[in-house]
Amino acid sequence: MTNIFDPLSTAWTTMVTHKLRSILTILGVVIGVSCVIILMSIGQGTQQTITNSLNTLGPNILYVTPESAAQSSIGRAPVSGMLTLEDAQAIAASVPNINAVAPTNSIGMQVIAGNQNMTAQITGVTPSYQQVNNIQVVGGDFISQDQYTGFAKVALIGPTVATTLFGGENPLGKSIRIGNNIFRVAGVLKSKGASFSSTDSAVLIPLTTLQGMASKLTTTGQHEVSSIAVQAANKNSASAVKSAITSLLQFRHRIAAGADNDFTVISMDEISASINTALSSLTILLGAIAGISLLVGGIGVMNIMLVSVMERKREIGIRKALGAEGAEIWGQFLLDASLLTFTGGLIGLGIGWGASSLITATGILTAVVTLNTVLLAVGVSVGIGLIFGFLPAWQGSRLDPIQALRSE
Amino acid sequence: MIQLENIVKTYPMGKSELKVLQGVNLNIDKGEMVAIMGASGSGKSTLLNMIGLLDRPTSGSYLLEGEEVAHLNAKSLAKVRGQKIGFIFQSFNLLPYLSALKNVELGQKYARKPNPQAAKEALEKVGLGGRMKHRPNELSGGEQQRVAVARAIAKNPPIILADEPTGNLDSKSSKEIMAILTNLHIEQNITLIMITHDPNVAHYCQRIIYIQDGQITGEEKS
Repeated sequence: MTNIFDPLSTAWTTMVTHKLRSILTILGVVIGVSCVIILMSIGQGTQQTITNSLNTLGPNILYVTPESAAQSSIGRAPVSGMLTLEDAQAIAASVPNINAVAPTNSIGMQVIAGNQNMTAQITGVTPSYQQVNNIQVVGGDFISQDQYTGFAKVALIGPTVATTLFGGENPLGKSIRIGNNIFRVAGVLKSKGASFSSTDSAVLIPLTTLQGMASKLTTTGQHEVSSIAVQAANKNSASAVKSAITSLLQFRHRIAAGADNDFTVISMDEISASINTALSSLTILLGAIAGISLLVGGIGVMNIMLVSVMERKREIGIRKALGAEGAEIWGQFLLDASLLTFTGGLIGLGIGWGASSLITATGILTAVVTLNTVLLAVGVSVGIGLIFGFLPAWQGSRLDPIQALRSE
Repeated sequence: MIQLENIVKTYPMGKSELKVLQGVNLNIDKGEMVAIMGASGSGKSTLLNMIGLLDRPTSGSYLLEGEEVAHLNAKSLAKVRGQKIGFIFQSFNLLPYLSALKNVELGQKYARKPNPQAAKEALEKVGLGGRMKHRPNELSGGEQQRVAVARAIAKNPPIILADEPTGNLDSKSSKEIMAILTNLHIEQNITLIMITHDPNVAHYCQRIIYIQDGQITGEEKS
């Protein structure tokens, strides 16, 4: 039966008959939904960007760092740990299922080439650094084993450093001065962009050379390093490798059973998991803040629907006199409210989506609208119609037909 | 057809009660055309609302086509009302945003008797065949009331109730409406009950019932 009086078309007629009022009613929902979409898309976009940058390193990478006193737990004697090159060598020698071990040490120093100079983070690395950190060299070669053992004064520079010091010139083979030492540029690193493991601004030299320049020997005559990156054979072996490294270092550092470790072993997986958790909470928080505006919008809808029921009292009376049941009146007003908020939700979705694309286009932030966000926004807007339309609709359905007919 | 027995209707008024109908007994047979006359506040509108199932009596019995309807719940009342009663109001009570035809079809919808052909025929019968697409504000008062009449008859109810159907009309339109109603009554044998305070209108009816202070005080047959 094609019926011009099906409730949906009645709701549509009501909405377009009172255009201005409908627009004002749904404005709150429009603003609310677009806020939710914009904020959540920014949250999710940021999350995706960070996750992507973390993923440039494999999930099988583990980092060993010294535990500083400030981070030790309250109520215990502070431990101040130190990692050494010898720790790294021990790991490489005795921990099974690892591909490579890359200890590093870095200091900030001035780098000079011709009349250009800049301050850069000078990182002393071993040849295995290339494999562990997934380094690609555009021109030249990475530090070789011979250069490493021979204290060679060679440096690999990131693209940002190359541009700053040499402008458009090819830096390969040219000399740079770091502290009192002259280094030959042996290669330029491929740009990694602004990722977590970016080496664009790095200057890499053999770890042995760095230690010769800025010797930091421990009391036992070992060589201090600032971190040790370990590449496990695969993702599944990462946790076994982690516990093996932990036991080994506990033994080497003479940590008593039950005492705090003076080092930390953390896998890339754990880092991304904890960052993801933090970012998810942030996204939810942003969504919740925007959700408050949706709530306010919903109250606005209820307000207007109550007015609408009063305004249409007479119409309700007429319909009841013609034989309409309370449930039909109730359903009609609920549908009216839901259609209003659904329309508001769709408009808000459009605005939010557009704004997110605009934000992404500016390049400042990445905003990603996911299907979940869309479903959430549309679902919530219809839900608001149902929830905040309930009371007015119920009032309308309960009107006494005689009194309703008498009203103007 | 309609049998009212000792119908009482009271409204609470603070601590006391307002007795609007004080034991009304009334029988109306099928095919009768009845006018109810009385001063304002006499209870005539309450009586018509009671007959039209818009209101329930406080006590008493109401048999409509042999069925007791005095104490049905709101949902059942709505159903019976939609199917058996056609209303015509003093102020027309059309939905302003619907065309004449759609207003008529709305009446059929709530009677659960959708029939677009019958809706058109009803409008033709009241002489509005050419104005079906017009909205109420594009029609004169007399034309609007004719739409209301068409709405009432399009669902083919056994009873039509009219509350001052000519109260808002000039004398020419009044005569037209009364002619249409009389014709319907004669042609389709519809039971027609109307409230009026205009003796000229009342005399279209074969039976006039007088009501005063919630009680039937007299009756006149022609």
